[in-house]
Amino acid sequence: MIAIPYLTALTTYFSYGLLFAFGQFRDFFRKIFDWCSANSLQGYAPICLGLEDFYIRRLYLRIQDCFGRPIASAPDAWFDVVERYSNDSNKTLKRTDKISRCLNLGSYNYLGFAAADEYCTPRVVGTLKKYSPSTCSTRVDGGTTALHNELEECVANFVRKPAAIVFGMGYVTNSAILPVLMGKGSLIISDSLNHNSIVNGARGSGATIRVFQHNMPSHLEEVLREQIAEGQPRTHRPWKKIMVIVEGIYSMEGELCKLPEIIAVCKKYKAYIYLDEAHSIGAVGKTGRGVCELLGVDTADVDIMMGTFTKSFGSCGGYIAGSKELIQYLKYTCPAHLYATSISPPAAQQIISSIKVILGEDGSNRGAQKLAQIRENSNFFRSELQKMGFEVLGDNDSPVMPIMLYNPAKIPAFSRECLKQNVAVVTVAFPATPLLLARARICISAAHSREDLIKALQVISRVGDLVGIKYFPAEPTKQDQGGKSVKYD
Amino acid sequence: MDAVMASAVMNFVNATLDCVKFALDAPSARAVVFGVHIGGHLFIEVFLLVVILFLLSQKSYKPPKRPLTNKEIDELCEEWVPGPLIPSLDKELLYEPPVLESAAGPHSIINGKEVVNFASANYLGLIGHPKLLESCSSALAKYGVGSCGPRGFYGTIDVHLDCETRIAKFLGTPDSILYSYGLSTMFSAIPAFSKKGDIIVADEGVHWGIQNGLHLSRSTVVYFKHNDMDSLRETLEKITSKYKRTKNLRRYIVVEAVYQNSGQIAPLDEIIKLKEKYRFRVLMDESNSLGVLGSSGRGLTEYYGVSAEKIDIITAAMGHALATEGGFCTGNARVIDHQRLSSSGYVFSASLPPYLASAAITAIDIVEENPNLITKLKSNIAMLWKGLSKIPGFTIASNPESPIVYLRLEKSTGSMKDDLNLLENIAERVLKEESVFVVTSKRSTLDKCRLPVGIRLFVSAGHSESDLLKASESLKKVAASVLGDHN
Repeated sequence: MIAIPYLTALTTYFSYGLLFAFGQFRDFFRKIFDWCSANSLQGYAPICLGLEDFYIRRLYLRIQDCFGRPIASAPDAWFDVVERYSNDSNKTLKRTDKISRCLNLGSYNYLGFAAADEYCTPRVVGTLKKYSPSTCSTRVDGGTTALHNELEECVANFVRKPAAIVFGMGYVTNSAILPVLMGKGSLIISDSLNHNSIVNGARGSGATIRVFQHNMPSHLEEVLREQIAEGQPRTHRPWKKIMVIVEGIYSMEGELCKLPEIIAVCKKYKAYIYLDEAHSIGAVGKTGRGVCELLGVDTADVDIMMGTFTKSFGSCGGYIAGSKELIQYLKYTCPAHLYATSISPPAAQQIISSIKVILGEDGSNRGAQKLAQIRENSNFFRSELQKMGFEVLGDNDSPVMPIMLYNPAKIPAFSRECLKQNVAVVTVAFPATPLLLARARICISAAHSREDLIKALQVISRVGDLVGIKYFPAEPTKQDQGGKSVKYD
Repeated sequence: MDAVMASAVMNFVNATLDCVKFALDAPSARAVVFGVHIGGHLFIEVFLLVVILFLLSQKSYKPPKRPLTNKEIDELCEEWVPGPLIPSLDKELLYEPPVLESAAGPHSIINGKEVVNFASANYLGLIGHPKLLESCSSALAKYGVGSCGPRGFYGTIDVHLDCETRIAKFLGTPDSILYSYGLSTMFSAIPAFSKKGDIIVADEGVHWGIQNGLHLSRSTVVYFKHNDMDSLRETLEKITSKYKRTKNLRRYIVVEAVYQNSGQIAPLDEIIKLKEKYRFRVLMDESNSLGVLGSSGRGLTEYYGVSAEKIDIITAAMGHALATEGGFCTGNARVIDHQRLSSSGYVFSASLPPYLASAAITAIDIVEENPNLITKLKSNIAMLWKGLSKIPGFTIASNPESPIVYLRLEKSTGSMKDDLNLLENIAERVLKEESVFVVTSKRSTLDKCRLPVGIRLFVSAGHSESDLLKASESLKKVAASVLGDHN
């Protein structure tokens, strides 16, 4: 629940209204211009109709330079951002040869495995030489190497489930598994802020989809009771099965899932639970085993555990972990297993090696240090930001911390000013968040040193004053906004 | 008797009439109010009006609404028994694919034994190519393994941009866009362009990635017969006449250049003619034709001698001839830029690991520098085709120039499952007894493709003459023995 102050809501609406009106005004003249020049479509319908790309043309393009900034190095604590320029008022951006060394507060490099690692990198290079970058085949054909089997065992052991199956892309993991498990006559109850891959997977499955309010077990219970009592729409037959889908850490909110409460509700109503640990696996928990470990949940209570290797492990791909039977069934039916090229062997090796480091199986305590470091870094950074008066979302221990910006003009202002002072931050706007709730998102890494964080805080504080996003007075405790606020989900 | 009855009725009627007459003749009935005679019937009318008003004032009948009480809901929840998460496992689900102990090159090691590998779509034999490995290891040293972010949020690395430019330059298109996985390319690109209400005409043999894209787009999807241009023409004609009046309707034809499910090659010249006649845009998947067809490996467009710009949207997975991973989409700048903010698999997914993008650039360089790889592949395909054409009990379903040689049973057993078991048996024995690794076309239960199953051989430029001979000889031998037993 985000409380947006009245005045801010008003100015944000006004800004978007102005942008919309001005965009429409420009579109009007564009239409006249197009009408005068010859029609270039030759009888084809336009690729975008009406307002479909209005947002991109008239709003996004103005601030395009804040997104997709190319980098020229590994996404480590410090990285090289390539400078770009535009000759046509931001319509197209051209790369220059100039780079600026910036502090990286944007990449999901939670444990610092993005850069070369003394244990992982030599093994990855060795694997590359042995197995080449690709198998050019699917897992069921010729794409299963000894390394792939080792990876699956290693992952199952790490997340404490009997078996696991891995895929070459996290997005595909969600969107190809859900259609296998759910179908017509079954019900998916999804958190309102679930990732797009889950949304697409659920849509692709053909199951009925209901949404419960973000991270509210009480509303989940309400929805479950209503749906079980009513059964399928129109026919009122009982549901075949019900699956509740939640994420461990919500990437745009930085919030931890209320997993114990949600599991209690699911158990009571016999619903299956699917936990997406894309951002939490490796990043939280005493030994990096994700939200289950952090919140003290037995992994046996979670039917399907999903996660990705892009973030904490510095690789690519995703996994599903569950019972032996489940994994066996998936290996026989899941399209991503049957039709997609198997995960690249060097990437697989990176995952195996980084898990070994995390568990201390490399013979050092670097893994434990990294985990302690990220927790300490995150909690330090979050509390300092809050002290300065920023509106920071999310829970303690979570390495993701969004800072609310609200007004559209503050998105590019915050991003550009920070970059000028060599701090690279991510700003998120529509379509990844609701229109009103634009934010900057900080991702903390174990690779950040205390000096890095202090520099970042200084810059963010200066820019925060300049842009005017310190919505709370600079005090350690939040002031109650009381009746003077608009509740906003 | 009848007469008595009749007179009784008559008496009754007369009495009633008298009564009514009396009532109407009553003094009140003859009253005059403001010069108006109030006839007796007025009483009746007033009475009826009162009745009507009374009835109208009553609520119409509705069955009483009784929402379920909490207790009832509790009981229903208690009663409800969910189905199992997965159906019970059959024995045949216990299929375990062979495990490779080496790179998936033309010769691989399975169970400690060297086998000839026909299971990897390593068409140009680039697996293990020293240049490819070199570019990967220098990229690994510079960029690490993963990109740790989506393209929008510092996941864009300079090699991604270089790779996009390189692909576009190679294919002669204005621009291209990289996806991080081959399978996600099509199912993200299709919904980016085609929305609810739009029309897609697709081949019935397209692979699952495309099928999923069609489903996710929520457009109206019409299938035409596999690789049948007459059927396509008919379908287009029908749709054009049906939607003649609808303005601004986006129409697409979706085809594969070389069909993964049959090894057939799409007749592009016909498709372009039809597309231009009926004003449809074409989406074509070049996964299995890139680096294979055409004199310099530029795919089906080069094979038919047309410019790549004639095809509106071209996609391809890079996990085949280019021996790397990921996928790309290429077309004009408008098509590409649109995807950068509208294609879910691009926007919401971490970007391709930089070393794989770097491998793709190098692979394209190798293809351009060594046109002999393509000539070698072509002669290998021709040779295997010739060798396999006389296997008893099998026909070759694929096009003679397709890098996927697709063997189909001459006589189906009647069910796809039995056919697959039979083929599986052959493939397994060929691997075990003859050390030749071939695979069957396995189908997911979600796959809507109904084309017959078969044995697939992926030909590589890295196969030697003796490899190809060995493959056809051993398949011939095992097929004869298995099918002989079977009959």
